[in-house]
Amino acid sequence: MAETANKLEAPRGPIPKRTISRRNIFLYGTLIFVSIYYLVPLYVMIVTSLKGMPEIRVGNIFSPPLEMTFEPWVKAWSEACTGLNCDGLSRGFWNSVRITIPSVVVSIAIASINGYALANWRFKGANLFFTILIFGAFIPYQVMIYPLVIMLREMGLYTKLTGLVIVHSIFGMPILTLLFRNYFTSLPEELFKAARVDGAGFWGIYFRIMMPMSLPIFVVAIILQVTGIWNDFLFGVIYSKPDNYPMTVQLNNIVNSVQGVKEYNVNMAATILTGLVPLTIYFVSGKLFVRGIAAGAVKG
Amino acid sequence: MGYSVQIKNLDLSFGAVEVLRDLNLDIHDGEFLVLLGASGCGKSTLLNCIAGLLEATDGQVFINGRNVTWEQPSKRGIGMVFQSYALYPQMSVKGNLSFGLKNAGVPRSEIEDRVGRAARILQIEELLHRRPAALSGGQRQRVAIGRALVRDVDVFLFDEPLSNLDAKLRSDLRVEIKRLHQRLKNTMIYVTHDQIEALTLADRIAILRDGKIQQLGTPDEIYNRPLTKYVAEFIGSPTMNFFNGRIEEGVFRSRDLEIELDGYQWSGEASSGEAWLGIRPEHVASANAASNMPYSTEIEVELYEPMGSDTLVWTFIGDQSFHFRLDGQIKVSDGDRLSIGFDIRRGSIFDKKSESRL
Ligand SMILES: Nc1ncnc2c1ncn2[C@@H]1O[C@H](COP(=O)(O)OP(=O)(O)O)[C@@H](O)[C@H]1O
Ligand SMILES: [Mg+2]
Repeated sequence: MAETANKLEAPRGPIPKRTISRRNIFLYGTLIFVSIYYLVPLYVMIVTSLKGMPEIRVGNIFSPPLEMTFEPWVKAWSEACTGLNCDGLSRGFWNSVRITIPSVVVSIAIASINGYALANWRFKGANLFFTILIFGAFIPYQVMIYPLVIMLREMGLYTKLTGLVIVHSIFGMPILTLLFRNYFTSLPEELFKAARVDGAGFWGIYFRIMMPMSLPIFVVAIILQVTGIWNDFLFGVIYSKPDNYPMTVQLNNIVNSVQGVKEYNVNMAATILTGLVPLTIYFVSGKLFVRGIAAGAVKG
Repeated sequence: MGYSVQIKNLDLSFGAVEVLRDLNLDIHDGEFLVLLGASGCGKSTLLNCIAGLLEATDGQVFINGRNVTWEQPSKRGIGMVFQSYALYPQMSVKGNLSFGLKNAGVPRSEIEDRVGRAARILQIEELLHRRPAALSGGQRQRVAIGRALVRDVDVFLFDEPLSNLDAKLRSDLRVEIKRLHQRLKNTMIYVTHDQIEALTLADRIAILRDGKIQQLGTPDEIYNRPLTKYVAEFIGSPTMNFFNGRIEEGVFRSRDLEIELDGYQWSGEASSGEAWLGIRPEHVASANAASNMPYSTEIEVELYEPMGSDTLVWTFIGDQSFHFRLDGQIKVSDGDRLSIGFDIRRGSIFDKKSESRL
């Protein structure tokens, strides 16, 4: 009864939507296809890393392991040989940690203060400084590689971890400063004025007002820097030496080592281990990352 | 009575854009001064300059006789309330109120006292532990006022503090600000583009246009004796009616009407030549009262807008559009014929060219 009344009075209320429409099939079809395209290699890697070598030689790369073993993971982490060292990826992992943490902290600390000064304290020459910085973001790395080698050598930091930290901090500076400047510019100016009337100075406003309001952009910066520096290969090769190689360089050396048989399972395990840090960062902070990007995009 | 704030020959430019030009303003101790003007005329710029948030390009600012032109905002003895409230979002209301005191190194027990007293005055005691996000617009603005209050300053600066609130709250808070001024008796400089706020709150109003003060006077002077046509148009709602004509031998003649100017209070000598004659819609009498007026005529109602207490009637005098206020209890309808009249003594006459009061 109600049904027919509704029909008689239609159109009324929400517009009926079909769940299976051409549009939906196309949309979800594409999404599913793309997900599979990206997930298959990951699947192959995980499966292979859990098989023994005999099984790999005979088997299909897609088949799940018949006898699951974690041996390749242990070997990749603590036994695989690169050059003279046979302590696996663990050495590279700790090197990467010792490079990434100080680089991230230093570059974000300096860039956020730069961005804050540029956004709120229109000091003399601020525009010139900003222009140079933007220009810096577009200069190709390659131009600066050799001059930096000379500079670090003169300072006695070439091939040292400290030297690599300095290099990463310098290269991260333009884009990070831009990121922070744009975010701070998007915060209401009256807040800054109120803090000045309340007697807060340069550092007081930075630490007490600006920083607590900027968690999302700090998360964005941390993600950008951690993944960028962790995944860096070029600077790692150029500005360090075998003892100090970051994980990526060591991974390359393990995978490309020419001695003996190719241990695909160990290589796969090593690769996943190396990618685990950026992956974890994404999963843990993905939501905040999106929020930070969105905040910058909408307000900036 | 001494001066609380003095501004001497103030210039301020942003690059090539001159916002304030050779501005002079003396504000008395305990005065409520309203800076009124259209959006973009430089009101906030002037206020920020008094606060020390903007550097003057030239000129001086004195507060309580002290030259503070180069002084930091926090050292000027001013408190400021912003349009967007500008509360620190990550601090509680109490944190917001005490931030300035902490920065000034005020002892903890005294901070407690002053925050408590301000909260009592503004009736926000129950809100002290909330975050600004959990407050309504009116409550936020109270906290913003409280932030200036706790600092025990000589001069309060308000930058359009009510314009983000809805109409009801706006009129409530307006009264509260007036009450606060009665109670504290300190100098208040209040920026607004709302003439009702200006007329109701001010001891004196400064009307700003393109970075210059057009008129400085009491609300009564501004309303009854506007010095320029701009001020006359800006103040009063609905706006003043204007007739464009000539004055010859004490008679104003336009295409549409002719009025003897007997009894008009000239600013200087009685003058002649091209002029504007302005008459406020609320100074027009109708029906029987009209016949007693020095000038009266009969009109036809073209359109009317009932507003409760009064009705605004639109009509023509000759070919000139004209509107006036009628008691809301008098019923009219389109096409009615009415006699209206006014007294030139309540009108304003401006020179055609300079637009200044004659
Ligand atoms: N930081 C600035 N840089 C350049 N021009 C500005 C700046 N701040 C304000 N102005 C200009 O100065 C004029 C006055 O602004 P303001 O004082 O904010 O006006 P209002 O009377 O509406 O408060 C406006 O035309 C505005 O565009
Ligand atoms: Mg303004």
